[in-house]
Amino acid sequence: MRSVAVVGFAQAPNVRRTTGTANGVEMLVPIAHELYAQTGLEKRDIGFFCSGSSDYIAGRAFSFVMAVDAIGAWPPINESHVEMDAAWALYEAWVKLQTGEIDTALVYGFGKSSGSDLRRVLSLQLDPYYLAPLWPDSVSLAALQCRLGLDAGKWGEKDMAEVVARSRADARSNPNAQLSGDPTADDLLGEPYLADPLRRHDCAPITDGAAGVVLVAGERANEIRDTPAWITGFEHRIDAQNLGARDLTTAPSASSAAVAAGVDGASVAELHAPFSHQELILREAMGLGGEVRINPSGGPLCANPMFAAGLIRIGEAARRVWDGDAAKVVAHATSGPCLQQNLVCVMEAG
Amino acid sequence: MAGAGKGAVDKVLAAVIGTGQTKHTTKRDDVSIAGLCREAADRALDDAGMTWTDIDAVVVGKAPDLFEGVMMPELSMAEALGAVGKPLLRVHTAGSVGGSTAIVATSLVQAGIHQRVLTLAFEKQSESNAMWALSIPMPFSMPVHAGAGGYFAPHVRSYIRRSGAPTHVGAMVAAKDRRNGAKNPLAHLHQPDITVEKVQESMMLWDPIRFDETCPSSDGACAMVLVDENTADAHVSAGKGPAAWIHATAMRTEPTMFAGRDQVNPLAGREAAKALWEQAGITDPLEEIDVAEIYVPFSWFEPMWLENLGFVPEGDGWKLTESGETDLGGKLPINVSGGVLSSNPIGASGMIRFAEAAKQILGRCGEYQVEGARKALGHAYGGGSQFFAMWVVAADKPGV
Repeated sequence: MRSVAVVGFAQAPNVRRTTGTANGVEMLVPIAHELYAQTGLEKRDIGFFCSGSSDYIAGRAFSFVMAVDAIGAWPPINESHVEMDAAWALYEAWVKLQTGEIDTALVYGFGKSSGSDLRRVLSLQLDPYYLAPLWPDSVSLAALQCRLGLDAGKWGEKDMAEVVARSRADARSNPNAQLSGDPTADDLLGEPYLADPLRRHDCAPITDGAAGVVLVAGERANEIRDTPAWITGFEHRIDAQNLGARDLTTAPSASSAAVAAGVDGASVAELHAPFSHQELILREAMGLGGEVRINPSGGPLCANPMFAAGLIRIGEAARRVWDGDAAKVVAHATSGPCLQQNLVCVMEAG
Repeated sequence: MAGAGKGAVDKVLAAVIGTGQTKHTTKRDDVSIAGLCREAADRALDDAGMTWTDIDAVVVGKAPDLFEGVMMPELSMAEALGAVGKPLLRVHTAGSVGGSTAIVATSLVQAGIHQRVLTLAFEKQSESNAMWALSIPMPFSMPVHAGAGGYFAPHVRSYIRRSGAPTHVGAMVAAKDRRNGAKNPLAHLHQPDITVEKVQESMMLWDPIRFDETCPSSDGACAMVLVDENTADAHVSAGKGPAAWIHATAMRTEPTMFAGRDQVNPLAGREAAKALWEQAGITDPLEEIDVAEIYVPFSWFEPMWLENLGFVPEGDGWKLTESGETDLGGKLPINVSGGVLSSNPIGASGMIRFAEAAKQILGRCGEYQVEGARKALGHAYGGGSQFFAMWVVAADKPGV
């Protein structure tokens, strides 16, 4: 495999609501400028652009078409888009780098969830004939998943509260976080249920946000960063869609992706777990022991811009390598209901 | 590995060894979306002499989710697509998506990441209403409320004015593609008796585009099996069938609107074609390409794209069409499968172009086979003539 490193990462402030359009342009323009400033690259140096977003979040067809304006596709650019979290756009860009056709790539994702009723919109990801017509929303489905784990004795509500308390506390040092604070687990357990057994803080907030990452192949990465975050494993898998046909207290696709990507020995992991109990599922599924620091950025429980939050995990994990905090890191992204689809990206210092 | 291994990368050669399509039609109410896709995928696997367990990864493409009213439908098709436990990617690049999806699948093979990739694109237009999906009013954007035909008609008028093309050329393209479609058992429209006069008598929809010069709304899916050089060599030497070698792929994008943009002959299309011909080692595409499947949803786009692709100089596209050289038996047969004018499952239409190009090389086109086809072009475009995806496939390995 060709050596490819993450050398740039920028994100919009994660907020409950922006006044910008659903096309993400207002959030993406400053991100592109910041990425160019960080890396010293210019638009003409970028060999390939790839983005991730969703028309259903934007409430219109072809939402990514206007987002192309944010990067300024003139003269014409080599560009692609996935209707997935932008972590998968980064995967497509990494594949393109592996073909040798390009040496640099800029990847971005955006989601303005404030324009809709997110949990109902996500119902439309379900089987359109058997399940979606019943409108089970994303929070209710996660609550059912959580209940299965509680009843099986795989985790307790206190474990979940501790995940939230740690995330909020870590988010205090993340200027882009939407939520932060220093609640104790006991404080959190005193809160009412939103969708029993989930309390509001067990669920990721609804966020408007966007992010971008720059990938560079070969020696050039060393010119941009003292310690580039070299991608040493990049894998993704999907599980069956039928929620009644798989064990929702595990995530087999996350397990096999983690094994294939080689997560052993990592000291930091950024996990895209939009619900507190899903972090517990992922830690077990991915074989991340107690020595691995989880979500030092505060993670998705403190900011969860749809279709960008997975890419942000990769950027946040890469940052730990650049800063010398960790020699090996893991980033994870998820898609679909109840952790159906999972991606694992492993990065290491030189 | 970190830091090491820079420099040139040797691409793995990739080839198409199987394709499959559904019978394209207005309404497939006998199957679900997943059933439609499964039908095309099963046929592609059959064509390649493979089974589901042979596949390493699946790459799916379709146009906007609002066309069916299902958000990210590939998630609920994980089992139908044989993707459980495997990587599944979902591409969306507007009308060019079928082509872009095939290119992403090609890259997975060329990068050496996978050996056998299933790629599939579909649209089940009857599940929703594309006209509605395209007409949602957006703040600060001029509403078109006219679907794609209303958007493209001014470009066609501009082409006619700029090139001085006689007005019957559009009708000629439509009659040709529909006659060709009648030879393709999977084409949506079968009109063997259509004539230029009949096209000219059909209702005017968006001046100068008449009803018979317009693509239909179709339900349909298309799939291909792409493999690496070793797998393709083994396939050929085992006598299972030939391989269509991928010589070049290209994608380019430009913005929807700004004052300096030429929407009749977009720069993104010209640059994609230039990169494509260079990569394929082609210096004179008109002489070297034996057959082309070009995305022509409205008749006049045949001469327009002939120029944009560099087959002929700007202003001369209509002359090649008018001379009959783009028909079966001509110098450059175009859309002998019937093209988008005979079948248009939107998200799949680009992949059908890519697959029909491969089928010509594999010799599987029956009545519309171009004899001795050794090198073929597949082309797709989308958005407001701003997204382009294309590939060249050939009977010989690159460099042979």
